[in-house]
Amino acid sequence: MCLAIPGQVVKVFSGQQNTALIDVVGVRRKVDLGLLEDDMPKPGDWVLIHVGFAMSKISEEDALDQMRTLRALGEAEAATQEVQGYGLEDTGKTEPA
Amino acid sequence: MKFVDEFREPEVITRTAEEIRRLADPNRHYRIMEVCGGHTYAIYRFGLKDLLPANIDLIHGPGCPVCVLPMGRIDDGLAIAQQPDVIFAAFGDMMRVPGTQGSPLEHKARGMDIRIVYSPSDALKLAQSNPEKHVMFFAIGFETTAPSTALTVMRAKSQGVHNFSVFCNHVTIIPAIRAILDSPDMRLDAFIGPGHVSTVIGCRPYEWIAVNEKKPVAVSGFEPLDILQSIVMLLRQLKAEEARIENQYKRVVPWEGNRAALRAIAEVFELRPYFEWRGLGFISQSALRIKDSYAEWDSEQRFHVPGVRVADPKAAQCGEVLKGVLKPHQCKLFGNECTPEHPIGALMVSSEGSCAAYFNYEHRKAAMVTSISSVA
Repeated sequence: MCLAIPGQVVKVFSGQQNTALIDVVGVRRKVDLGLLEDDMPKPGDWVLIHVGFAMSKISEEDALDQMRTLRALGEAEAATQEVQGYGLEDTGKTEPA
Repeated sequence: MKFVDEFREPEVITRTAEEIRRLADPNRHYRIMEVCGGHTYAIYRFGLKDLLPANIDLIHGPGCPVCVLPMGRIDDGLAIAQQPDVIFAAFGDMMRVPGTQGSPLEHKARGMDIRIVYSPSDALKLAQSNPEKHVMFFAIGFETTAPSTALTVMRAKSQGVHNFSVFCNHVTIIPAIRAILDSPDMRLDAFIGPGHVSTVIGCRPYEWIAVNEKKPVAVSGFEPLDILQSIVMLLRQLKAEEARIENQYKRVVPWEGNRAALRAIAEVFELRPYFEWRGLGFISQSALRIKDSYAEWDSEQRFHVPGVRVADPKAAQCGEVLKGVLKPHQCKLFGNECTPEHPIGALMVSSEGSCAAYFNYEHRKAAMVTSISSVA
């Protein structure tokens, strides 16, 4: 729950309420951008995700650092599992970009 | 302890640890509280205490939401879930947390409909795909997760989803820090401020700690170097007899926080007059409840909630450990009756609880060394 997971915005869905397809080390899931409505990310931007919601925009360097931290903390697997769990209907398969 | 060269930038880590040793006055004992459970976990996991001089004590604070949740709230949530056609949805962290009649996972084994979700928005989806059922999301967390719950409740309202509600256990970090500072047996010199909570609330809410309490705060990231740099910042301030809020985690934490997230919190939640914290007791205005304008999505307003109160076990000294009066292993129950497998006290419940972190990384290590040396 307290994991902050770095991901890269692949595409923003204009028709849906502030959602984006985000890539987290190869796993792609829909993430809510509603909490970044003041400073909406674009495709290519990096964000930190908490419980399925993008919470802050970060640099690519910081995103890679954060992933390294998760690995060092032994939490990279938990993070991947969490991301795979986002979007009940998507579980277990990767969405096409 | 991990070898320093396993860390990124090992030479910078070594230099920072040397700087800490240089700054620490050998005639003084420093007690620095890391507020966030994520920091507690990182400190043990990385073995950072081994890099610090003996006169710097890190005191583990109240920032583990699973740990501070009173058992009665779990019983209350499970009581709602016992009603017909209710699905209980919660984060995985909650599943093994014991209520008086067992954990959510044990209730699931007894046939209760209990689901793990990774996001509150998935609990809402669960409601949409199960229109004949009611989905109760057991919400927990500090300001890091509260905005996501708030936005989900707003979405439920705007999308007209009526079979969804939130059993709100969100707590706020500032009143807990205040309670600890007000406690007569407390003695702290400085704070390592929480990183992710601060992405939401920013740095301003800590200013009273510097201004009124004259104690420095460094909002910190989670890497070994982040935590060590924060300690350097705090020691420099203490040496200069200053008390300011410094933001070590600038790359993620804006000074003003995340305004959109704060707006979502303000739209959906209001402060409860008081809320019970395991180990700390009742703290006024320390938790959030759902506003009347969203009453339909508030489990506590939709369902009868028994309001169970379970006293913390008398022998467990969680409160003293939380306030830094005792170290985890100095509690009477630590390691024998209270273990991560069979937690009795709050701080053993989650891996981010100070007792569980201590048990997993210090106690087991010590036990291993003893058994190896006894074999030898």
